Amino acid sequence: MAEGVTPRVKVPKSASAGEVITIKTLISHQMESGQRKDDDGNVIPRSIINRFTCEFNGENVIDIKMEPAMSTNPYFEFDATVPEAGDFKFTWYDDDGSVYEETKSITIG
Amino acid sequence: MNFKATLACAAFVASVAPAAFAGEDAELVLNGEIPIVTTAPAPAHLDGVLGDEIKSGWLFRSDETQATQMDDFDNPGMIFVDQAQASWDTVEGSEGKSCASCHNDPAESMKGVRATYPKWNEEAGEVRTLAMQINDCRENQMGAEPWKYDKGDIVSMEALISVQSRGMPVNVAIDGPAQSTWEQGKEMYYTRYGQFELSCANCHEDNFGNMIRADHLSQGQINGFPVYRLKNTKLNGSHSRFKGCIRDTRAETFNPGSPEFVALELYVASRGNGLSVEAPSVRN
Repeated sequence: MAEGVTPRVKVPKSASAGEVITIKTLISHQMESGQRKDDDGNVIPRSIINRFTCEFNGENVIDIKMEPAMSTNPYFEFDATVPEAGDFKFTWYDDDGSVYEETKSITIG
Repeated sequence: MNFKATLACAAFVASVAPAAFAGEDAELVLNGEIPIVTTAPAPAHLDGVLGDEIKSGWLFRSDETQATQMDDFDNPGMIFVDQAQASWDTVEGSEGKSCASCHNDPAESMKGVRATYPKWNEEAGEVRTLAMQINDCRENQMGAEPWKYDKGDIVSMEALISVQSRGMPVNVAIDGPAQSTWEQGKEMYYTRYGQFELSCANCHEDNFGNMIRADHLSQGQINGFPVYRLKNTKLNGSHSRFKGCIRDTRAETFNPGSPEFVALELYVASRGNGLSVEAPSVRN
């Protein structure tokens, strides 16, 4: 089980219609690769965030698949065009079945 | 490298050109939102020993290290702040309380706290650091085990509390009941320790701005503590830094959390009165 997992997102509070904004997301996660062994020689089971998605008003913005070579605390920064006011919904999918969600609203003006 | 000459030159450049991105004359703004005072008028009690101005250690670091601190998503110290937020909300101890049970949201309750520590605690009759106060809460309010001084959990918690005061000027009281502790700290600051017979002042007062082998000596300000060090990739408390410095003089050191280091922390913090709280800062 992954412990101490905290998503963090930065989205501007407002933008003008059609503006391209920069979104920053980071989730603190140990990202255990499944390649390491513990002191007794047993393989430590893989436990990573395997998928990250961002949606804007239900429409997909970005969908990322992650593999065990990813570092701890994966950090994604990307641009998105904002056509209208609405909500960005961010979702992280954990190997252990946990789903972490975060929502940020943006206004036009 | 003559630091003072460079500064005079830098001041001239700054008056004609917009602030550079990084360097000794750079301006520090966190996340494009929180302006940080990295150069402030020297407090009166210093009597001019550092010149007219005190300077944050941030100014003495390389461009890359400076840039890392400018954005919370780049600053690895913020990971530990996230972890501390989780332990803030975790119930521990016999009383069934968490930090949040009494103090609610740290963004409200802890605003400005870091700027005044270490400070005199009237009930206890002693000068207390932030860490001592956290452990006092854990023992007497929560009925939990105190955390080990300057180890992971407590340093992260100090960082969480410090973040709420970022940008606010350090303002520790040195008069009144805290004065004798402050005098003790000052005495230590100017005491030569170890085989090398070096005091804090020999490096951080007489030689700041010069190179000590490959390292650019700062004024030894602690407004940025707890600090994320690239050297050990974790948050470090000021007492661990003091210990490292005294060890490097080849002396027997004091322990983190000892009365000697509490006094020294109060004195060194007072040398930075006027600089902004920066924690968690990023340094070598």
